[in-house]
Amino acid sequence: MITVALIFFPLVAAFVMLFIKRQQAELTAFYLALAELGLFGYAATQLSSNPTALSLDVNWLPFGAHFAVSMDGISFLMVLLTTLLMPLIITASSSGYYSNRFYALVFLMQMALVGVFTAMDGFLFYIFWELALIPIYFICLMWGGEHRGRITFKFFVYTLAGSLVMLAGLLFVYLQTPGDHSFLIKDLYTAGQNMSDEQQGWVFWAIFIAFAIKMPVFPFHTWQPDTYVTAPTAGTMLLSGIMLKMGTYGLLRWLMPLVPMGWKMWGNTAMILAIIGIVYASLIAISQKDYKRLIAYSSIAHVGLIAAGLLTMRTEGITGGLIQMVAHGINVVGLFFVAEILMERTKTHDITAMGGIRGVAPKFALLFLITLLGSVALPLTNGFVGEFLLINGIYQHNFWMAAVAGLTVILGAVYMLRSYQSVMLGETKQLTEGFKDLDTNETTVLLTVSVLVIVLGVFPKPLLDIVAPAVEELLQVFQSGLIK
Amino acid sequence: MKELLTLSLTGIFTMLADMFNLRKLVFPLALLGLAMTISWSVYDWNLSQRIWGMMQMDNFALGFTIALSSIALLWLLMSEEYFSTMKAITDRYSLMFFALTGGLVMVSYTNMVMLFLGIEILSVSLYVLAGSNKTDLSSNESAFKYFLMGSFASGFLLFGIALIYGITGSFNLLEIRASLGKLPDTSLLNVGMIMLIIGMGFKIGAAPFHFWTPDVYQGAPTPITAFMATAVKTAAVAAMCRLFVSYFPLVSGVWLDIFAVLIIMSLLLGNIIAVMQHDAKRLLAFSSISHAGYMMMTIFSVDSESNNSLLFYTVVYAIGSIAAFMVVYLIQKNKGTASISAFNGLAKKSPLLAISMTVALLSMAGIPPLAGFMAKYYVFVNVLQDGYLSMVLFAIAMSLVGVYYYFKIIIAMFLHEDTEGGEVKADALQTLLLIIVSAALLLLGVLPNLVYNLL
Repeated sequence: MITVALIFFPLVAAFVMLFIKRQQAELTAFYLALAELGLFGYAATQLSSNPTALSLDVNWLPFGAHFAVSMDGISFLMVLLTTLLMPLIITASSSGYYSNRFYALVFLMQMALVGVFTAMDGFLFYIFWELALIPIYFICLMWGGEHRGRITFKFFVYTLAGSLVMLAGLLFVYLQTPGDHSFLIKDLYTAGQNMSDEQQGWVFWAIFIAFAIKMPVFPFHTWQPDTYVTAPTAGTMLLSGIMLKMGTYGLLRWLMPLVPMGWKMWGNTAMILAIIGIVYASLIAISQKDYKRLIAYSSIAHVGLIAAGLLTMRTEGITGGLIQMVAHGINVVGLFFVAEILMERTKTHDITAMGGIRGVAPKFALLFLITLLGSVALPLTNGFVGEFLLINGIYQHNFWMAAVAGLTVILGAVYMLRSYQSVMLGETKQLTEGFKDLDTNETTVLLTVSVLVIVLGVFPKPLLDIVAPAVEELLQVFQSGLIK
Repeated sequence: MKELLTLSLTGIFTMLADMFNLRKLVFPLALLGLAMTISWSVYDWNLSQRIWGMMQMDNFALGFTIALSSIALLWLLMSEEYFSTMKAITDRYSLMFFALTGGLVMVSYTNMVMLFLGIEILSVSLYVLAGSNKTDLSSNESAFKYFLMGSFASGFLLFGIALIYGITGSFNLLEIRASLGKLPDTSLLNVGMIMLIIGMGFKIGAAPFHFWTPDVYQGAPTPITAFMATAVKTAAVAAMCRLFVSYFPLVSGVWLDIFAVLIIMSLLLGNIIAVMQHDAKRLLAFSSISHAGYMMMTIFSVDSESNNSLLFYTVVYAIGSIAAFMVVYLIQKNKGTASISAFNGLAKKSPLLAISMTVALLSMAGIPPLAGFMAKYYVFVNVLQDGYLSMVLFAIAMSLVGVYYYFKIIIAMFLHEDTEGGEVKADALQTLLLIIVSAALLLLGVLPNLVYNLL
């Protein structure tokens, strides 16, 4: 029941926001997001002591669709990320630019995201999956930058096309379930694992493409850089911080255990695509002058590594992927917020035009550096734990893949540090002379991000402990399908 | 029987009302008539009364009667304003009721003569309604085109009926159904059925018999267009479904292939040509052709699910269309044009209109969690279960094309700035209607069972 509350509280919040005046919108939204976080805190206390309190399964539609939600360690981590980032994103977007309707859409989005991460029924999962697309589309359409009509529409059609193919794949498995058919995840697992190898191969691609577009994995990434750049910063944070994880989460929950033989045939191909994406996106990121675009490409590289790690289907790879999803979500929100601050004060994203900001804004320089180091995966930052486990997992899978994927460590350091160097260090230019240091709101956001970067980097163990049993369980289901 | 009497008598009363200076009573009387029809239908549920071997009020007929009356009820709320600005209103109300009477006959016939009569009662009323804006040239053109094309189609229909009568010796569809297996030579039957399909195809506006739709839809007064797209389409597709699923399932081998061609062509032409439209009414006309394709897919699966998924699809489509045409009507009234650029900046000026329009369009495009998605889902799954994977994939691809043109309007409303001023306002009744309709689309999307399993 608590999970249901977690899903629908944001819906209520979205309604409430419709009736709030513009002046109070930011603050109200912030408190509502905090309330959701508090609700999640209560759910967290139940996770180990009383897990049944977190799940619900009622008949919804007579053709075998259930309203089935529940939270294991994996879902828990994803919901944690969603509810944690939401207050941050709202604080980060409190410049007065957004109206109450914007926050209503953000909450609608949160509802869909929590739904995606907790749904244990294929049909319900699909509905939430699509529902997440509508608010973000309108956020980007109404508050975005130049050419937003064309770019956001490309994004919408691209993702929708992927989802429809996924729906076809899920339906195919659904029609294999015995009797009156069922969409429940365990029934789908059984039916999927009983399909012939060739069928599993088809379903693998049908579903993989939807997730690959969402993440995005090379070569399905073409919508992403433009969309990230054009979207308002809050929209970019939602897209990269949380929405992207729908794809990686989906891989784990709705693809590999569903069609293990499909994975066996095509998993390596998918991994190679992901790894190509890492190198390709990193190289483009190195040559970017536009800071927001640079982070967009870095996001493709990071998510490529996560996808490759998950696709190994080894404990290390999956655990690393999950930890890295959280870490990447936190870091990328921080980095995009930095982009917003830079844009607001210098009116440009061109990093070569900036320089010497450290001299005039020391507080900003420090917090930016910590966030950036988390993204570079320096030891003792949150990025390190995940990246280490990921590369470890990929190494056990295949040495050469790990060797190429490992390049991300070097390339990531190159483009990240280079961007820091040209923005923050060097001579102060005319553009950056009057650069104001952070105000209270901005300090709160970046400080929270920095604290999370360090805390999760030094004490990752609680997170690892939470996911360990869930990952074990998932692998068991997966292995049983492989043996058949 | 009671339903039929109620509808036709209400039509006659509204016509007489003008004579006795009771114009103010017409609108309440019309609402009352529809409400009574709905109540009678609920009362008669499961009774399956026969009416002189010509009609049978089975659950299919009652379900669609309820659907038609409810659609007409919503439609009345929508077009009340349009009627009140006209000088002679009563004949239009009564024509609408006569059209509905025809619709009722079309969903309940058990005899081919009644099928033809129903279609004619409906069509003749509509020819007049399409031209009801006497001073407007395009309205006249629309009526004339509709009449010419429609009577041509009726000819085909009649020819088909005659041929089938010739080979089976009966107009009674129950007898025809019984004798279908024993026919020595089916070639005449096949020709007759092709004629029937052509005639019905004209009426529902399925490609390649669709050419009248864009011009008629665009030319007719917007409320009348809305009536055609909703109530009329529902009645025509239901008649088609009743004919082929209930009475001719035994010879489905003959007509399934033709249906497949019609479906593919409707989806293809309707969607592709809609992409190129710059006028919202014309765009909706082409999209209605593609929806005729989806509706025919429900018939294509020829089983008990056909009726249910057709009822659900038509109801959802009609509700969405009412909202869309309502907004188009208001825009047109305000700006004098229904081109897509007239929608610019609507989101800022009249958020309610923009949001209802968005909900309606998203529903028609089949985006969850709106009802349109569930409607398409049922259709696709039913066809998929019969093993027509390629048709479903094609239909999915086409609904993606649909997203493209529906979003042209959405983008215009939310992205572009309005260049010419003028506030678009809905009065209280229209506001209420828009809220009801949007809520219904959401509700049916989450709980489709309120309608789906009725039949």
